[in-house]
Amino acid sequence: MKPTDAALPNGPGAAAVLAAGVGALALGLLTLAGDKYPAAKAHLVWYRPTGALSGVTTLSLVLWIGAWAVLGALWRRRDVALRPVLAVSFALLAVGLLLTFPPVIDLF
Amino acid sequence: MEITTRSLWTALHGMGFGALFLLAFSAVFLELYRVTHRATVPTPPFATDGFLRGYLLAMTALAWLAVLSGAYIVYPWYRAVAPPGTADLAAYPQLLLKAHANTIGWHSLGMEWKEHVAWFTPVSITMVTVVFFQYGRRLREHPALRSAVLAFAAVSFLSAAVAGAAGAMINKYAPIQGGGVIHLSKGA
Repeated sequence: MKPTDAALPNGPGAAAVLAAGVGALALGLLTLAGDKYPAAKAHLVWYRPTGALSGVTTLSLVLWIGAWAVLGALWRRRDVALRPVLAVSFALLAVGLLLTFPPVIDLF
Repeated sequence: MEITTRSLWTALHGMGFGALFLLAFSAVFLELYRVTHRATVPTPPFATDGFLRGYLLAMTALAWLAVLSGAYIVYPWYRAVAPPGTADLAAYPQLLLKAHANTIGWHSLGMEWKEHVAWFTPVSITMVTVVFFQYGRRLREHPALRSAVLAFAAVSFLSAAVAGAAGAMINKYAPIQGGGVIHLSKGA
């Protein structure tokens, strides 16, 4: 059997999806922090013309890629229980999306 | 006929990158669904995995170009601060929107949502592209993963659609103007 015919574990795919959920949650939480907490906002201005958006998005991307690298390394050759991983991923995505919606941010 | 450099960048950001991503989406979604579905269906000669991979890469590039050009080229012009006493706010779109009760919502809801939700697009489509490069048609062996990938592809489209629609409306009420003038042609 050629190596390409071997069963592909679901770990790498699960890592990618869960990391995307982590990135989404990070974006939501940092959006909230940058909007509601002046001290946090001051630390998120990494490029003055773009304001806090620069820190919010860059830090979110770093957390997303970092989570992907760690999970990808851990699950590279593994099959994981996919359904709970996906459930958590979509929950993180949903919270992240909600936290970028201004009327929801205004609740805090 | 002329256009300013800022208007040109805004058009490139919205139409060149964002709208092209939206236009390209339906084809990639249906093709992803088709090639990763269990049912055997005839494959058109142009629709190889290589074609789909190239298409996904192009969409991923468009998504990143759209958010990066928006955040680091167009957005600073949008949020420019006017000198004290400035009466004409045409060159300061954010201030222009906030100066009127019937347009302030385009900033407080439209831009505030757009500037953040847009980033779900490159994150989602990058993940979709990488997973397809890893699994290809063998994604059909993992139905739950396949469904998740398709769902994230849909998220990339919906977030781009929200950002694009808000951007179009914001630029209607407070267009990005200024910069050098590019003369395209002389009047008849």
